Amino acid sequence: MSALASGGFWAFVGVVAGIYTIFALGLQLQFGFSGLLNFGQVAFMAIGAYTLAILVVKEGWSTWLAAPLGVAAAGAAGLLLGLPALRLRADYFAIVTIAFSEIVRYVATNQDSLTGGSQGTIALGAVGEAAQYNGQWERFQARIQGWLGVSSKDVAMLVIVWAAAIILLALVWLAVRTPWGRVLRAIREDEDAAASLGKNVLVYKLQALAIGSALAGIAGCFYAWQFSFFSPDDFQPLITFFAWMIVILGGLGRVWAVPVGAGAFGFLFAGTRFLDFRPLSYLSGADRAYVRLIVIGLVIIGLVLVRPQGILGKRDEMVLE
Amino acid sequence: MFWQLLANGFVTGAVIAIAAVGVSLVYGILRLVNFAHGDFMAFGALAAYAFNGPLGLGMVVSALLGMIATAVLSLVLDLVLWRPLRSRRAGFMSLFLASIGLALVLRQVLLLAYGPQPHQYKVNPYKVYVIGTVRLSQAQLITIVAAVAAIVAIGLFLSRSTVGRTMRALADDRALAAIAGIDVGRVIAYTWVLSGLLAGLAGVLAGLVQTTFDPNFGFQLLLPVFAAVVLGGIGNPYGALVGGLALGIAMELSTSSSLLGGVNPVYKPVVAFAVLAAALMVRPQGLFGRARVV
Repeated sequence: MSALASGGFWAFVGVVAGIYTIFALGLQLQFGFSGLLNFGQVAFMAIGAYTLAILVVKEGWSTWLAAPLGVAAAGAAGLLLGLPALRLRADYFAIVTIAFSEIVRYVATNQDSLTGGSQGTIALGAVGEAAQYNGQWERFQARIQGWLGVSSKDVAMLVIVWAAAIILLALVWLAVRTPWGRVLRAIREDEDAAASLGKNVLVYKLQALAIGSALAGIAGCFYAWQFSFFSPDDFQPLITFFAWMIVILGGLGRVWAVPVGAGAFGFLFAGTRFLDFRPLSYLSGADRAYVRLIVIGLVIIGLVLVRPQGILGKRDEMVLE
Repeated sequence: MFWQLLANGFVTGAVIAIAAVGVSLVYGILRLVNFAHGDFMAFGALAAYAFNGPLGLGMVVSALLGMIATAVLSLVLDLVLWRPLRSRRAGFMSLFLASIGLALVLRQVLLLAYGPQPHQYKVNPYKVYVIGTVRLSQAQLITIVAAVAAIVAIGLFLSRSTVGRTMRALADDRALAAIAGIDVGRVIAYTWVLSGLLAGLAGVLAGLVQTTFDPNFGFQLLLPVFAAVVLGGIGNPYGALVGGLALGIAMELSTSSSLLGGVNPVYKPVVAFAVLAAALMVRPQGLFGRARVV
């Protein structure tokens, strides 16, 4: 139980919750405000993270140039996916987005010369050499740590990630209050009505999809910086479902519900690590990992059954239907 | 080489097609995109493994028991999960998300019960039959025979039997079918039984063809199955059959070296989606789906 009391561990949980906040914020914009059933969000996180790592290791770019390009690549991928896929019916669109995310993972696993393959970013460089893309970021993190005067680098990361998350939350919160945001909500409620008022529905949907994808790209950069190493296995479809759970847990169509959902998710995900009392303590560590995911699956089902509007959601604004 | 790839494609496609019919019927009748269908397949494969491996029953008996176990599981889940959701008038999103949660739970329960290591049925993996220029393993031959029987049976069941016809009527127009006096609750139960039996069969056949399988393998099979359902037009069971066979054959033929050097076999699932994307450009409603009437 010692880890429960350790500040470092909870700082880590907070960092993960912050990254997931940014990640799920993109989904909130896409589904909560525009009604798009994006089930491939993890692909854009992967594209952001991989673009960053590849440009730094293979092209020798500065991390400060590579990261914005990673975000742009994620947004562009959203556009490219949306152009054909958004013409499909909503349920077909959902399936195509899952497929897209699996294709991205397949390519990352199998194009060894581009991505390092299943060994992950460590194999990005020359053969027999452990590639590292994170030196510049770690120096920056150490400078912030010194400037804040905190003892742990996780706390420094916590401050950086949440500063970014709060800025992005505020930007999205402002954006959905503009006429642009109102059109998105109109499309969510009744596409044909919005189209009949002369709004180009496809263009608005494309914008929401691309911006949401770019947000996932930002989350991907933070993911890459935080863990200093990643592989295609980090981008399983499960991660997209975590984002869905966060958005629904927090409340649909509410910007500030995202960090609440992410916090609850982080607590649930990290907290279930401590399911080590009897009878669970008889299980091996691997088996307990399965039990954690069972708990998360049951929470998803329970939410759908009991509280489809989420913790902070309003029934009259938007409810899962 | 062409005939060999075609035979392999038929084997791959038949497994996809059998699973896809269940997904398509469930969607048509319950408006549920069942994300847990892949894990139903894994459940069937592993249940059959329990009878075949540890209990030492014959392969055919084990396969049938695995199918029945999957059908029972589907029915029980309808009682404890889908019926309460229906009575709350849950919509498309709620049902889809609930099935994602269910998929997660089911897969982890299988991992708890069977562990992550690969399992294998007691069939001879080295026995090979040669027909003309085509070499088929025993597992592939069993799959072809079972799949042809299953596909013919599904076709006859849907077109000739009363239950099959009421299922299609319900998938076509729920309100009209209910007015015509169809007992919706009973048809839903039959749908789950059929979908469960077919998921179990597809799981066992996939396990036979792959020779080894673990509790995660259902999810890897799910994406080509979804592609087949969409290709055939969601909710149309005949379309799903044709879509599955077409995708399986396209996936195997794409690896042919005479075709621009061939596609790396690891990208076979990607080929399935490339075919799907190309087909949807031409017919956004799927091959046999009805165009949306505005």
